[in-house]
Amino acid sequence: MQAFVKQNALNIVIWALLLTMPFLMNAVGGYTQLGTQVVVLGLAAMALNFLLGHTGVLSFGHAAYFGLGAYGVGLTIRYFEQSTLLGLLAGVVLGAVAAAVIGPLIVRRRGVYFAMVTIAFGQVFYFIAVRWNKVTGGDDGLTNWARHDINLGFTKITLVNEPIHFYYFALFFFAVAVAIMAAILRSPFGRVLLAIRENERRTRFLGINVNFHIWASWLISCTFMALAGALFALQNNFVDPHSLYWTQSGIFVIMCVLGGMRSFWGPLVGAAIYVVLQDYLSSVVSDYWQFFVGLVFVAVVLFFPRGFMGALRRRTAE
Amino acid sequence: MSFLDVDNVSKHFGSLIAVDGVSMKVEKGECRAVIGPNGAGKTTFFNLITGMLPLTTGRVALDGQDLAGIDPSQRVKMGMARTFQITEIFPEMTVRENIRIPVEVQAGLHMSTRMPAHLRGPLNERVDQLIEEGGLTRIANRYAGELSHGDQRACEIMMALALNPRILLLDEPTAGMGDDETYAVARLIKRIHRESHMTIVLVEHDMRVVFNLADKITVLAEGRPLAEGTPAEITANEKVQSAYLGGEA
Repeated sequence: MQAFVKQNALNIVIWALLLTMPFLMNAVGGYTQLGTQVVVLGLAAMALNFLLGHTGVLSFGHAAYFGLGAYGVGLTIRYFEQSTLLGLLAGVVLGAVAAAVIGPLIVRRRGVYFAMVTIAFGQVFYFIAVRWNKVTGGDDGLTNWARHDINLGFTKITLVNEPIHFYYFALFFFAVAVAIMAAILRSPFGRVLLAIRENERRTRFLGINVNFHIWASWLISCTFMALAGALFALQNNFVDPHSLYWTQSGIFVIMCVLGGMRSFWGPLVGAAIYVVLQDYLSSVVSDYWQFFVGLVFVAVVLFFPRGFMGALRRRTAE
Repeated sequence: MSFLDVDNVSKHFGSLIAVDGVSMKVEKGECRAVIGPNGAGKTTFFNLITGMLPLTTGRVALDGQDLAGIDPSQRVKMGMARTFQITEIFPEMTVRENIRIPVEVQAGLHMSTRMPAHLRGPLNERVDQLIEEGGLTRIANRYAGELSHGDQRACEIMMALALNPRILLLDEPTAGMGDDETYAVARLIKRIHRESHMTIVLVEHDMRVVFNLADKITVLAEGRPLAEGTPAEITANEKVQSAYLGGEA
């Protein structure tokens, strides 16, 4: 028992915080929706980090799949079916299909070229969302739709006007996604992804088809990205085309770097730092909040190149 | 037919002829060294065998199968494992993890998202066995990137062996090492050769390593074959002495 607690201390602390977050947020002067944002954007950052931190491939276009998930759920509920779960599924499928198709076109590239091509494809979706006014609402975003309560037959989950319920609804999907990613990373397949990060050449000379493995990692990463995007849209009952824009991809990368890319939980911590800083600073210095977030980012890169979790680990190791 | 049959291969880079009509037949279980002074085309020749570079002319066959058009990672799957002049390992993983990955790949698990329960024990045993054979037991839980050159090389060789190759290709296995490390790595290669009858081809600059290790030696000079024979024959060969040994003295 003691050994279990010691080995899983970090997991226990993280899950305890996540399970009590709405109450903690309210206790320290925040609000429930802020906690939901941490969970949803944390999931996005962890999904990106599956590719970035655990396969060693930098994508600068992941907002596209976040946005596709968001538009998928929004368009479904607005035009087809008043169902939260069906919309969520549609968002995830839309993002996954797009990633599966685009993947083979980009996995032959490496380093900065890979990043550039992911931006290019991401911008394609952004322009579709902005220009296809009639369907997507263009630059004004997709409005006139909202999440619904979920009727499971034996019980009903009320999500409308119940921020705490929606928090746990999002946390449920977060937990499923994170458990799947953790299980994959502990498997032989996951170890090959880590091997690619460590030394692509060596991995190729173990007889591995590296491009195929990067495609698979990309697909997993983008699928969970779409899930995060769909949850984000459901939280706001609104989709903004800027959720597809390349600067949004940059924000996800910043979250990973802030928290630590080599750590499994790092990106979640990075997302929490980013979301809370943004919320606090924009109430204090209004439009200048980005300046201060930028300062924090520069300081972390200079002094803690492995991010918050990297610094924490070094501290505890000493 | 020889196990590895390199037949009259050449490589031209534009007007530069790096390898010019070299043939080499390696038998199963043989340890063959390819030596030559700097610029003799050793590394190019090695890359022609592993498929890193396409042939200009000639033919390479493994166990009777022509390797034309087969890319390097497919050649690995056919049983050609290799190491590199600059050690290629997974620096931020422990030695055990470094060995474990090729063991799992060899077991066909590289696409598996879960470890089959019945393989867990046997694969762990295989990892332990390779670690022990490589003399890495005391450093098995250290990060590979922190090790000395010699230990990193031993780790890389054991990673290649974890693939159960039919032939092991070593590109300057003692490059950049001091005398002690060179000796340790040479001893490891010799033990692998003796105990598992592995077919080994190694390119080497350090002649002392080779004379102790190889069954036969192929000498290259300026991209052309200069001599071939047992270590004793090569030592006695006047052409080799003037081109290589004399050059070093």
